[in-house]
Amino acid sequence: MSLFDYTLKELQEKLHNKEITITDLVNASYERINEVDDQVHAFLTLNEEGARENAKELEQLANDHTNLLFGIPAGIKDNLVTKGLRTTCASQLLDNFNDPLYNATVVDRLNKERTVTIGKLNMDEFAMGSSNENSSYTATRNPWNTDYVPGGSSGGSAAAVAANEVFFSLGSDTGGSIRQPAAFCGVVGLKPTYGLVSRFGLVAFASSLDQIGPITRTVEDNAHVLQAIAGHDEMDSTSANITVPDYSAAFKENVKGMKIAVPKEYLQEGVTPEVKEAVLQALKVYEDLGATWEEVSLPHSKYAVAAYYLLSSSEASANLARFDGVRYGVRSEQATNMLDMFKLSRSEGFGDEVKRRIMLGTFALSSGYYDAYYKKAQKVRTLIKNDFEKVFEDYDVIIGPTTPTPAFKVGEKTDDPLTMYANDILTIPVNLAGVPGISVPCGFSTNGLPIGLQIIGKHFDETTIYRTAYAFEQATDHHKKRPTLGGAK
Amino acid sequence: MSEISKEQVKHVAHLARLAISDEEVETMTKQLGDIINYAELLNELDTDHVKPTTHVLDLKNVMRKDEPRKWIEKEDALKNAPDQKDGQFRVPSILE
Repeated sequence: MSLFDYTLKELQEKLHNKEITITDLVNASYERINEVDDQVHAFLTLNEEGARENAKELEQLANDHTNLLFGIPAGIKDNLVTKGLRTTCASQLLDNFNDPLYNATVVDRLNKERTVTIGKLNMDEFAMGSSNENSSYTATRNPWNTDYVPGGSSGGSAAAVAANEVFFSLGSDTGGSIRQPAAFCGVVGLKPTYGLVSRFGLVAFASSLDQIGPITRTVEDNAHVLQAIAGHDEMDSTSANITVPDYSAAFKENVKGMKIAVPKEYLQEGVTPEVKEAVLQALKVYEDLGATWEEVSLPHSKYAVAAYYLLSSSEASANLARFDGVRYGVRSEQATNMLDMFKLSRSEGFGDEVKRRIMLGTFALSSGYYDAYYKKAQKVRTLIKNDFEKVFEDYDVIIGPTTPTPAFKVGEKTDDPLTMYANDILTIPVNLAGVPGISVPCGFSTNGLPIGLQIIGKHFDETTIYRTAYAFEQATDHHKKRPTLGGAK
Repeated sequence: MSEISKEQVKHVAHLARLAISDEEVETMTKQLGDIINYAELLNELDTDHVKPTTHVLDLKNVMRKDEPRKWIEKEDALKNAPDQKDGQFRVPSILE
């Protein structure tokens, strides 16, 4: 067995019994990275020296054994600011951002739990994309088959966990960027309720949709990481001031009598037969466990992608205005005046997809078009949110596929932006409604690629999501399969 | 069907502070046009009496006490800057 086969709880027992040391865990991460990352390309920056020093320091500290994250090696998506550790958002514009001044709140909170930061993970530039092919450095590959994409934008975060390079990672999800790569890579990824996790230090893409969440190998590990990063933060004015529940309560209850809603729109055209079959099999598992399910309708689902691209691009066009080549980032050397400096620095620094979305957003917000596009999309957002609220009056959770298809091939969808956008049709509505959603492994396609089951809950009801996901995980063994990258594990 | 013209694309690029080549104007005009056309789908819905959602949670303005707090030191704030002089960010001339 490899160290990566153990849960956080089991690793903590081993550390406590002195069977292993934190240095062993850190070594295991870097050995695996050396072995497979030239195939996976999950990492943009490694923190090897810092991590090894950190491990030595932590080994001098007493651990009370109840902190399940103590000494655990983690990977951080490269749009989360890490003090003194290069943070690029996979953009050439931030290529020289080597010395960030502070930590994102989530990074501080992990540090408080004494995790060890292994490095920064690859992504689509500024989190805009669904395949990692928009990284300006290198495209991360799917560990199950490196001809395929890992999903995006948190493709590096999902691939690193799937490839046993780290014990867990953090990603961010604006329209599916945690759940879709988790589904493609066969790992567990949660997008928390909007406002549950502080966004301070997350380089903003679309501020009303962005959330940070954990990517792990098991549901239980996921809950432990969320426990550490969730909760109010005065540095984020949209952070919800609520008492964070004890998520481990989720693992003490079963799903007997649970009412599951299955939106008919989530099993319609576009969803491949294999994906549909995997979801129906999962529903059968829930029946056997004593839950019931019924078909429901989320009638405005087909409008979600259009509303999302207008809203998220509008917000992005405002958020990315800060990249002007003045205070940080790369400045064009061609400019002789201020206006040209802005224009040339941004044009040289941003990739095509980022420019396209800034343009779309600027257009949607511009005089004469605001009401027709931006405001219209906000109204449609209300209808989509109401769809979810209505279903949640009668049901505990909503279940469907995370994505219409398993991972697609590298280069397959890069020609047409709209084809790429359609891939997020089942994850986007969740962000628009602000509710939480998880993706858990629920099977494999005939060509051996993972399929993800999406479980959606009520606002701030992550506990029920975890309970539902855990019951499925306990009853199946999809999550135990690992890719055979680089030969043996 | 709504169309977006090359002139509009150039104007939007200026608003967005992007310098785009003639070739990019061509592709952007087509691609933005396609996306905008796709967004026309939303016009199927009657939203006259629907309130827009700016935020999913019922958030109020968050205020804190107006007290100075220590944050980032000046030299730290300058250390990632592409250019600096005399403790300030330096940029090309603004006036001719």
